[in-house]
Amino acid sequence: MGFLGPLRKRAMDAFLKQGLPGRKSEEYKYSNPEKLFRGASIKPESLGLESVNFNVSGLEKKPSVLDLKKLDKALQAFEIKGVSENRVVLVNGVYIQELSALPDMPEGVLICSLAGALTDYRSLLEKHFSKYADVEADPFIALNTAYAGDGLFMRVAEGVTVGKTIHILNVITDEASALLNKRNLILLERSAEVDVVESTVVVSEEVNVGRNVVNELSELILDEQSRLRFYRMQQDCEGLNLISTVQVLQKASSHFDTHTITLSGDWMRNNLNIVVDAERCETHLNGLYITRGIQHVDNHTLVDQRKPNCESNQLYKGILADKSTGVFNGKIFVRRDAQKINAYQSSKTILLSDDATVNTKPQLEIYANDVKCSHGSSTGHLDEEAMFYLRSRGLSEESAKRMLLYAFASDVVDTIRIEPLRAYANDLISKQLDFDIKK
Amino acid sequence: MLSIKNLKAGIDGKEILKGINLEIGAGEVHAIMGPNGSGKSTLSSVLAGRTDYEVTGGEVLFNGKNLLELNPEERAREGLFLAFQYPVEIPGVSTINFLKTAIAEIREYKGLPALEAKDFLKMVKEKQALVELKGSLASRAVNEGFSGGEKKRNEIFQMAMLEPTLAILDETDSGLDIDALRVVANGVNKLRSSTRSFVVITHYQRLLDYIVPDFVHVLFEGRIVKSGDKELAMELEKKGYGELTR
Repeated sequence: MGFLGPLRKRAMDAFLKQGLPGRKSEEYKYSNPEKLFRGASIKPESLGLESVNFNVSGLEKKPSVLDLKKLDKALQAFEIKGVSENRVVLVNGVYIQELSALPDMPEGVLICSLAGALTDYRSLLEKHFSKYADVEADPFIALNTAYAGDGLFMRVAEGVTVGKTIHILNVITDEASALLNKRNLILLERSAEVDVVESTVVVSEEVNVGRNVVNELSELILDEQSRLRFYRMQQDCEGLNLISTVQVLQKASSHFDTHTITLSGDWMRNNLNIVVDAERCETHLNGLYITRGIQHVDNHTLVDQRKPNCESNQLYKGILADKSTGVFNGKIFVRRDAQKINAYQSSKTILLSDDATVNTKPQLEIYANDVKCSHGSSTGHLDEEAMFYLRSRGLSEESAKRMLLYAFASDVVDTIRIEPLRAYANDLISKQLDFDIKK
Repeated sequence: MLSIKNLKAGIDGKEILKGINLEIGAGEVHAIMGPNGSGKSTLSSVLAGRTDYEVTGGEVLFNGKNLLELNPEERAREGLFLAFQYPVEIPGVSTINFLKTAIAEIREYKGLPALEAKDFLKMVKEKQALVELKGSLASRAVNEGFSGGEKKRNEIFQMAMLEPTLAILDETDSGLDIDALRVVANGVNKLRSSTRSFVVITHYQRLLDYIVPDFVHVLFEGRIVKSGDKELAMELEKKGYGELTR
């Protein structure tokens, strides 16, 4: 397997050295993954790390023809008109050609399974695969690199603008391994432009009780002057425990715009690591999470500004009901040479119940002297004065609540540039808020 | 229309209203004046249903209904309106948007058919003209970035839209320059009718030059200590509260 064998070995060693993060880990302090592996069918010692085979076909099986028919039907529920016309379906990380359709791709767009790319586009993979996500930096990056069987490979060639949005349907089914490692590599060459929407959904015949742990990793490379909009919709993921790492490299004058919208899932950890390694880049990070029950959602962002004259904007908002818990940890590094950086961060949370909690931690480390950086965070209950104001005008308590929460969430949703996706997201959010309000 | 009998209320265990009696008939304008801390804002808050206040005694009948048993939205739907002393800023919610919902819910409560979109818009235009409110303001987030005058005009605009039978103006004159005061008062005067009553709460006689009251009451230490006609307001202006409350 050439380069992959030694890489997997190194990754495994790195995982064994780091081990699963526990409560003492600074990075996983409020999201202790040990509990996901405790009492479940997965135990670190039973992972069989020493006996892993270095076969990229991986541990996941492709669904049978019969299952594909069922899946095709089930997936209609997640279609977004104006977005899903060009779609790629991954089932438990395995690229499913039969369910994918890409009618509007211009020349220069390459989309295939990662496992397939390993033979067909070997030199590209050798150059980029695992070159950005550091196996020493996080045990889950290591674990993914050691195990990942399949996923998506996408390359947009130099100068190509993809006019139509590409919808990735990231499907998890009952057949997924107890610990599923999946991997994407998205490569934008010079001046390439594309909009990608990724919906993560669970398709299950039974009520999922949170057996699965999905450890996914995407490496995104934005070459000079390229532009990527990357929207993630974590919806209909009941029962899912997800560790999702997105590792981004931005080169000169590139533009990265991303949204992470989490409306479902039992235990969700999003790591968004962005290395801005050249001048005149723009980076926009937006997040919205709406939780209930005993859900747990953790957003960890890292923007590493290494070079001058860049701008980054961050806006994360959370609405937490019941006994749910949230975490926002936003790190911004501004390196010594990175002068004239504008970096802003804002995190706001509304707690709908006294039992909901959120831990917010902005972390700015600035080593350059000519920069503009700011951060702000607020956590509170719904503004009682605003509630009274609206009710005193005749609005029911329910309507007033809905209006205030919807307005709060809109700040994030309104920045979605794809109109049909914005409408779709608004619709999902109103439905979810209605549910939380009527309780 | 409104009958307040021996109303006692307070906050955090401290009694502020110590037995208010007040009868307001249809079409009447009552001014309530009093020094700081006399209980003026407590009275308006209790009438509008602010939950921080605890009513410890007495009763309030609004068109025969026990007002104190109703929640704030029910009071509004029954025809009560409070113009806030400090209107709240609500990011992301436009005045037009929430008024549309408010009017729909009020009409449903009253068993009236829904208002057609074009009739609603026509009404918005009409009422905006009444308080000389720029059209763009009503489409913006409620009171966000509004000047003091714009906020108060927005209150009167909402009052005009909701067509209450009893409107309480809580220190609507505070923070207004003379031109804004004239515009606001003018708006209120146009809304006066034989079926609509007003309670004008104010510190100064100035507002009453523009909104001429039928009755003036002096509130002091949680009680109405003197009632009269508009001459009483003049007298207060001349002599101050000191003499009257002695």
